Amino acid sequence: MLTPEFLRELARIVGPAGVVATPEGRLTYECDMHTFYKGAPDAVALPTSAEQVGEVVRLCLREGIPVVPRGSGTGVIGGAMAPRGGVMVSTTRMTRTFEVDLLNRCATVEPGVINLQLTHAVKDRGYFFAPDPSSQMVCSIGGNCATNAGGPHCLKYGITVNHVLGLQVVTGAGELLWLGSKARERVGYDLTGVMVGSEGTLGIVTAVRVRLLHLPEAVKTILAVFSSVEDASETVSAIIAAGIIAAALECLDEPAIRAVEEGIGAGYPKGAGAVLLIELDGPRAEIEAQAEKIVEICRSHLALEIRVAQDEAERELLWKGRKGFAGAIGRLTRNWLLQDAVVPRSKLPQAIRALNAISARHRLLVAHVFHAGDGNLHPIICYDAEQPGELERAMQANEELLRACIAMGGSVTGEHGVGVDKAANLRLQYGEADLAFMARLRQVFDPTGIMNPGKLLPSHPACGETLSAVPPQSLPQGAWV
Amino acid sequence: MKLGAFDLPDLPDLDGIRACVHCGICLPQCPTYRVLGEEMDSPRGRIYLIRAAAEGRVGITETFTHHLDLCLGCRACETACPSGVPFGRLLEQTRGQIERHGHRRLSHRFLAGLTLGLFPYPGRLARLLAIVALYQHSGLQRLVRASGLLRLAPRLAAMEGLLPPLGSWRARELPELVQATGRRRGRAGLVLGCVQRYFFPRVNELTARLLSLAGYEVLIPRDQECCGALHLHAGRLDQARRFARGLIAAFDGGVDLVVANAAGCGSAMREYGHWLDGDPRARQFSLRVRDISELLADAELPLRPMEVTATYHDPCHLAHGQRIRREPRALLNRIPGLTLVELAESDLCCGSAGIYNLLEREMAERLLELKVSRIAETGARTVVTGNPGCVLQIARGCRERGLAVEVLHPVELLARALSY
Repeated sequence: MLTPEFLRELARIVGPAGVVATPEGRLTYECDMHTFYKGAPDAVALPTSAEQVGEVVRLCLREGIPVVPRGSGTGVIGGAMAPRGGVMVSTTRMTRTFEVDLLNRCATVEPGVINLQLTHAVKDRGYFFAPDPSSQMVCSIGGNCATNAGGPHCLKYGITVNHVLGLQVVTGAGELLWLGSKARERVGYDLTGVMVGSEGTLGIVTAVRVRLLHLPEAVKTILAVFSSVEDASETVSAIIAAGIIAAALECLDEPAIRAVEEGIGAGYPKGAGAVLLIELDGPRAEIEAQAEKIVEICRSHLALEIRVAQDEAERELLWKGRKGFAGAIGRLTRNWLLQDAVVPRSKLPQAIRALNAISARHRLLVAHVFHAGDGNLHPIICYDAEQPGELERAMQANEELLRACIAMGGSVTGEHGVGVDKAANLRLQYGEADLAFMARLRQVFDPTGIMNPGKLLPSHPACGETLSAVPPQSLPQGAWV
Repeated sequence: MKLGAFDLPDLPDLDGIRACVHCGICLPQCPTYRVLGEEMDSPRGRIYLIRAAAEGRVGITETFTHHLDLCLGCRACETACPSGVPFGRLLEQTRGQIERHGHRRLSHRFLAGLTLGLFPYPGRLARLLAIVALYQHSGLQRLVRASGLLRLAPRLAAMEGLLPPLGSWRARELPELVQATGRRRGRAGLVLGCVQRYFFPRVNELTARLLSLAGYEVLIPRDQECCGALHLHAGRLDQARRFARGLIAAFDGGVDLVVANAAGCGSAMREYGHWLDGDPRARQFSLRVRDISELLADAELPLRPMEVTATYHDPCHLAHGQRIRREPRALLNRIPGLTLVELAESDLCCGSAGIYNLLEREMAERLLELKVSRIAETGARTVVTGNPGCVLQIARGCRERGLAVEVLHPVELLARALSY
């Protein structure tokens, strides 16, 4: 609990309207999209400038209070929740754009700026911001930096770290620093690279200088329909083997198609085993030739239907379906668990088969929506917390899914980050020495460990820290009739 | 019979609450989140609070009530939600619980009681408007506005500022039946509304005339009262049901369609089937509801060219509540010579929201500010929108900020282009 003096001090920094301290208000900050993990902060601060963020962090540093940064709260790893209470720093009121420098193809924005709004602001002038996580209509650029977010188009354009030139941060030691520069070349240690993906465990990003890219001359979006995910993933392997670098190569299976069609109506064929959403961009002549080749590959891999978007409206609708999928999960299930494992692309068909077998053994529905081009899987395990035993089966299946992917030479996470959800799993990928080094690096930025404690790195068993999940609250059923 | 802080009847829809997957796609669409950037003043946060109350984790406290009352009920979040959370309904059910168990500020209760006790009752409203017309025509309004006296009573000022010039305090009378002109398409019942009937009687006249021209025989029952929308949004569910039953009975004389020219009324009437669950007449009634723009968009109307640049503001309860966006634009585009300039964020609430602009002035003002600056960007001198609340709000906003625009209902602009 925070003392009244502490809250008064907080209100002095960010103004009384910038502090949320009521139990009702704090409750709504107890989880991000992954509602499985809950932990309400003792107070929420809504600063409007880097200076205010600095003062809040220094106040917490002085009092030894945890600081938990939060953007739009759309993460899926339990990153923006406060397992140990403390002060949550919400960046939603830091939405200024400081500079748009089209000649040098960069922009400097505050962390609360919404990803898609940056693209909207420069699109008319022929530019865009490449990282496009599915939540891009709501997620913040600060959050993108924290999780090193990817997205469908990172297959061609790379992930967030490839598009961040510099960062202004407040470290866990309370210093305000500028990392990186306008130039792409990095002089000295690449601290921007260290900061991006650090999930608020090193500090809080207070401004971001991002790269902007020229919009491609032409874009072509193809929807290919298959009777099975295996056929679709074989097609992906063949496209990549043919040397074509698509801008995006996305796959959705039958349950995912059902959710999208019920929730959004994107024109995907209901009942089909899988669809591939393939996008090509670049010089018109080049993509025309590539499209022909892709259509040929799809046909030879038993595509039932191949549709090329005829105009921008049709293309937007196809993407709206893909990007809105996460929000449409409610059409399939009341509760879910989500993996973000990456497998080598050649193992895709095998991985899908293995995952489906695991979920079948646990009698649970699993839906697949994945970045096929990178081998980045997103198996969604559907369960109902109100049914006895389902949560336990879901957690067991979740664990088995991840181990199966790692066994195929995969990685724990592709783009969502680690948070609390995957912290323990880091041991599957790194040795003790690697993890100990990361912990030392963390101490350089955050000597007292106030920044987003309990996230990213597995806690040391000796410290007695366990991050157990709080099982989802159930709405009692039938008790009141 | 309790479920957490709630009880029967009208328990918030549990499946509706469960459908929320906490993705946050609704956040940027929510007007109050746009202004405040706070989770508990976003749709996702409000659903979370409702859920927590159902789980018994929070009570119906003053803070709980504040965050739910700050919602405009615009339902932009429903348009955004891929999981189909019926937010409007959840809000109304929860406000019903607040009415029964909650802690509303006295001033809030007083103002809501005053307005809700006035609008649905034509007799009471007419008597008040007689006084208002006298206030305007005697020159007193000019004196009061010039004196700055209103600054002493901001809520009164908010109400005063909304007043449009009233032609005559006497309600204009429409016949009970207007015959169809030209090829007959059916029989339409016209809902007069409360605000529309007294502040904009011309709009009802023109609606009847245009419907007749479009081939509808127009039935205008004398004994019709309020649709109950304002009560529904305030959580006075039983009162809303009484009004709904009354309106259904008033149109029971065999109409093919029930036509609304106020988005708020139309939206509420489409929900009668839900609120009067088990009454087949209510379901039938809801299915017959149409917005005037739906009927006129492809009707045969003799229109002559008119050089005008207009922009269109989507009323929340048309765009989000009834999912009608195309028809009003199509209707305007039928006027030869009219240039329709798209308004940026045309479906972001203007802050009117029923009686919201009287109860939550500060938020309403910030949204109005945003709306007026967007309108200024278009350069249009005519703003068209199909809800009387929006017309009053936007007209006041533009007037106070010195933006010379005319705010019209679509039928008013259409009527000017009639060559009949």
